[in-house]
Amino acid sequence: MASVFTRIGDWVNERAPNMAPAYRKHMTEYYAPKNFNLWYYFGSLAILVLVNQIVTGIFLTMNYKTSAAEAFASVEYIMRDVEWGWLIRYMHSTGASLFFVVVFLHMFRGLMYGSYHKPRELVWLLGMLIFLVLMAEAFMGYVLPWGNMSFWGAKVIISLFGTIPVIGGTLVEWIMGDYLPADATLNRFFALHVIALPLVLLLLVVLHIAALHEVGSNNPDGVEIKKGPKGNRWDANKPADGIPFHPYYTVKDLFGVGCFLIIAAFIIFFVPTFGGWFLEHDNFLPANNLVTPTHIKPVWYFTPFYAILRMIPSFFSTAIWGVLGMFGAIALLFLLPWIDAGKVRSIRYRGVGYKVSLGLFVVSFFALGAVGAGVVAEVIPAWFGSHIDVTFWENLFGRVMTAIYFGYFVFLWVYTHRGLETTKPVPARVVYDHD
Amino acid sequence: MANEVVDHGRRRFLTATTAVVGGVGVVAAVVPFIKSWEPSARAKSAGAPVTVDIGKIEAGQKVTFPWRGLPVFVVNRTKEQLDALPGQDARLVDPKSNGSSAEQQPAYVEKETRSIKPEWLVMVALCTHLGCVPDFVPVMKPEPFDPEWKGGFYCPCHKSRYDMSGRVYQGVPAPKNMLIPPYHFVDDTHIEIGVDPKEAG
Amino acid sequence: MTKRQSLMKRTLSSIALAVGLLVGSATAMASEEGGLPSAATNVNDKASLQRGAKLFFNYCVGCHSLKYARYSRIAEDLGLSEKEVMDNLNFTGAKFGEPVISHMPEDSAATFFGKAPPDLSLEVRAKGADWVYGYLNAFYLDPTRPVGWNNTVFPNASMPNPLWELQGLQTAEMKKVDGEEVVEKLELAQPGKLSPAQFKQATRDLTSFLEYVAEPAALQRQRYGIWVLLFLVGFTLLAYALKKEYWKDVH
Repeated sequence: MASVFTRIGDWVNERAPNMAPAYRKHMTEYYAPKNFNLWYYFGSLAILVLVNQIVTGIFLTMNYKTSAAEAFASVEYIMRDVEWGWLIRYMHSTGASLFFVVVFLHMFRGLMYGSYHKPRELVWLLGMLIFLVLMAEAFMGYVLPWGNMSFWGAKVIISLFGTIPVIGGTLVEWIMGDYLPADATLNRFFALHVIALPLVLLLLVVLHIAALHEVGSNNPDGVEIKKGPKGNRWDANKPADGIPFHPYYTVKDLFGVGCFLIIAAFIIFFVPTFGGWFLEHDNFLPANNLVTPTHIKPVWYFTPFYAILRMIPSFFSTAIWGVLGMFGAIALLFLLPWIDAGKVRSIRYRGVGYKVSLGLFVVSFFALGAVGAGVVAEVIPAWFGSHIDVTFWENLFGRVMTAIYFGYFVFLWVYTHRGLETTKPVPARVVYDHD
Repeated sequence: MANEVVDHGRRRFLTATTAVVGGVGVVAAVVPFIKSWEPSARAKSAGAPVTVDIGKIEAGQKVTFPWRGLPVFVVNRTKEQLDALPGQDARLVDPKSNGSSAEQQPAYVEKETRSIKPEWLVMVALCTHLGCVPDFVPVMKPEPFDPEWKGGFYCPCHKSRYDMSGRVYQGVPAPKNMLIPPYHFVDDTHIEIGVDPKEAG
Repeated sequence: MTKRQSLMKRTLSSIALAVGLLVGSATAMASEEGGLPSAATNVNDKASLQRGAKLFFNYCVGCHSLKYARYSRIAEDLGLSEKEVMDNLNFTGAKFGEPVISHMPEDSAATFFGKAPPDLSLEVRAKGADWVYGYLNAFYLDPTRPVGWNNTVFPNASMPNPLWELQGLQTAEMKKVDGEEVVEKLELAQPGKLSPAQFKQATRDLTSFLEYVAEPAALQRQRYGIWVLLFLVGFTLLAYALKKEYWKDVH
C-alpha cells in the first residue's frame, strides 16, 4: 500500500514539483505562535462554515425554483417532500447566522490583539473585504425564499441606493429590473448568491490566508515570534516560540470544530428558527407586495448597521446621511490599521483608555443591534411603563450608542496619534503557561 | 529543551480512533445528501398506481398508458399471436425469463405469455438496451429486420427485436426481456398498474 | 488539576453559559407575544394530533387548504392507516399522495368573506401556536360586523367562528377607554356541545395539529438530534484527548 502512495506521490512530484512544498509551507512548516487561546478557533471555524454553506447550498439549488411564483413553494417542497431536505435547509440557514457569529468573534479577536497592525494590514483589509462580500452574499440569500420578510427586506435595502442624489431613482430600478422587487430581482440575486459572490469569497479567503502566511500569525501577546530567539525541537532555524501548524493546531482546531458542531447541531435539530432570530416568523408568509410586516427589521447580523441608518435623521432634505453613516461604520473598520497608531498590539499591554474604549465599542455594537432588532422599543415600555415616549427614548439611546460607535475611532486616533497612551512593558517572548 | 519520550502507541491509537470516529461522522453526514436525490414525496405521489379501462381495446390492438411517466403498452393479443409464442423459444435469449431476465417480471405472471390473463400483455415498453420505446409490429410477415417475423416489438434506436411477450431475440444489443410492471385486474375491463394482486387483496 | 486544565474548564463552562443565555433569551422572546395564553401544545402527542386532525377536517377544510401537506404524510406521521385517512379525514376527493386542497373555489370564497380564506400550512410558524390557540378561543358575537362575529385576538377578522357549535356563543362585555369602546372580557352567553374545559382541549388539539402541519420535520429532527449530539460529544472528547496528547510536545 505504502509503496503505491509513494509512487503516486513521486509521479505527482515529478510533474508538479512545487505542490508538496506548498503543503509544507502552509501546514507542517507553518510555524504559528504556541500561545493561541480560545479566540484563535474562529478562523478555522469560518472555513468550516464556508464549506458547509457551499455544500448545503449546492444541494438546495437542486430543488429550489428561481421564480417569484414558485420560490416560496419550492422551499416548502424542500422542507417537506425532499428526503432530508429539512436538514439541508436548516444547515444552510443556521450556517448563515453562525457564519456571522464566527466572523464577528474573529474580527473582535483582531481588535483585541491588534492583529491589523503593521505588517498585517493586508491580512486585515482582505478580511474586511470578505466581511463586505459576506454581507452582500447573506442579504441576497435572505431574499431567495421569497417570504414576506425577504420581499420587504429587499425593498428597504435596495431603497438605500435611492438616497444617492441625482441617480438614486434610476439606480434602484436598475438594481431591481422592475418597479418593485420582482422576478427579475430574484433571478439576478440568485445568480449572484450562488455563483458570483461565492467565487469572489473563495478567492478572497485564499488571498487572506496566503497574506497571513506571508507575515505569520499574531498572538495574544502581540509579540513578533520571528524577531525572538531561533530554534525549536522541530527546526533549528525557526522561531523558538513557534510550533508547526500541523499537527499541533490541526488537532487543536479539531477540538474547536467538535465544540462548534455541538452548538450548531443543537440549534439545527432543536431550535432551528432560534426563536425567530435565524428564521423570522413573517418569512413563513409568502411575499406580499401590498402588506408590509408589522415588525420589519433585518436579520440580526445586520441590525447594528441598520440601527445606525435609522438613528441618523435626514436633513438638507435628503436621507443620504443615514446611508453614509451605515457604510461609514464599515468603512472605518477598513481604516483601523491607520487610525490606530498604537505602539503596542495586544490589549494585555495597552493603556486603560484603549481597554475602556474597546469595551464601550463592543457595548455600543450590541446596543445598536438591540435597537435595530426592535428589542429596545419593546423593552422600554415593559421596564418604564406604557406612558413613556418610546420613540424619543429609543432615538436618544440609539444616537448615544451611534456616537459611541463612531467615537471609538475618533478617540483611538487622538489617543494614539497624540501619544496619550501609557502602555505596559511588552515581554520579549510570548507568555505560555503550560503544565 | 526537554525532549521527553513520546508515547507513540497512545498517540497512534488516539489518532486512529479519532480518524475512524470522525470518518463515521462524515459518512453519516453524507447519507442525507445522497438520500435527498431519491424520488421526493411529490414524485412518489405522481408515480402512484393508475387504474385504466381496457374494455375498448380490440383483439390485436395496443394502447399506451403512462405510469410513473413511463409508457405502458397494454396489448390484446390474438390467439394466432399467442400460438406463435412457444415456437420462438429457440431463438430467444431467455425464453422462460429465469436467467438474465429473472427480475424482469413479477412471480405471478405465466412464463410463456408473461401475463396474468393470456391475451393481455401489460408491459413497460422500454427497450432494455438503452431505454428507447420500441415500435409495435404485430403483423406476421417477413420484415427487412427478420424474415421469420411472428409479430412483436422492434426498437428503432439500435434494432433490438422482441416477440409478442416482450422477450428479446438473440443477436441484438438488448440483453433482457422487457419489464412487466406489477398490476392486477380490478374487474374484467379494468387493470390497476403499480399494485400486485396480493397487495390489492 | 493544572492551571491550563482549569482554564479550559472555565472556558468551556462559559461557552455553555453563553449558549444557554442565548437560547434562553431567544425562547423568552418567542413566548413573549402580547399576553396571549400559552397554547401548551405538544407535537409528540399523537392522540392529540389525531383529534386535532379530525377537527380540522370536519370544521376547517371546507374553506382552508393545507397545500403543502400530503394526506399520505399526515397518515404516516400521525400513525394512521391509509384507509383511516381516506375514510375519516379526506373529504376533498383527493388521492392519498396528494396535498390537502379545500374544495371551496377561491373567488366564491372571496365574495362570501371579502377575501379568500388563507392557506393554513404555515399559520403556526408565521403567527405562533399561542396566537392560533388564542384566536380560536376569542370569537364573540358582534352585530356590527358583516358576518356577525368579531375576535379579540384578531380584531375585525372576516371569519365567523367555525367551532361555535362546540364552544357555544360568546358575547363581549364592553367598556369605554378614552372614549373608545374596547372589549373588557368575553362571556359564554349560550353553552355549546362541549364544556369550556373540553373546548380548550379541543382547540389545543387543533393548534397542535396545525403546529405539526407547519413543520412536519419537527418530529424527525428531535428524534435524530439527540443521537447527533451524543455522537458529537463523544467525538469532541476524543479530539480533546488527541490534542492533549500532541500538545505534550509543546513547552
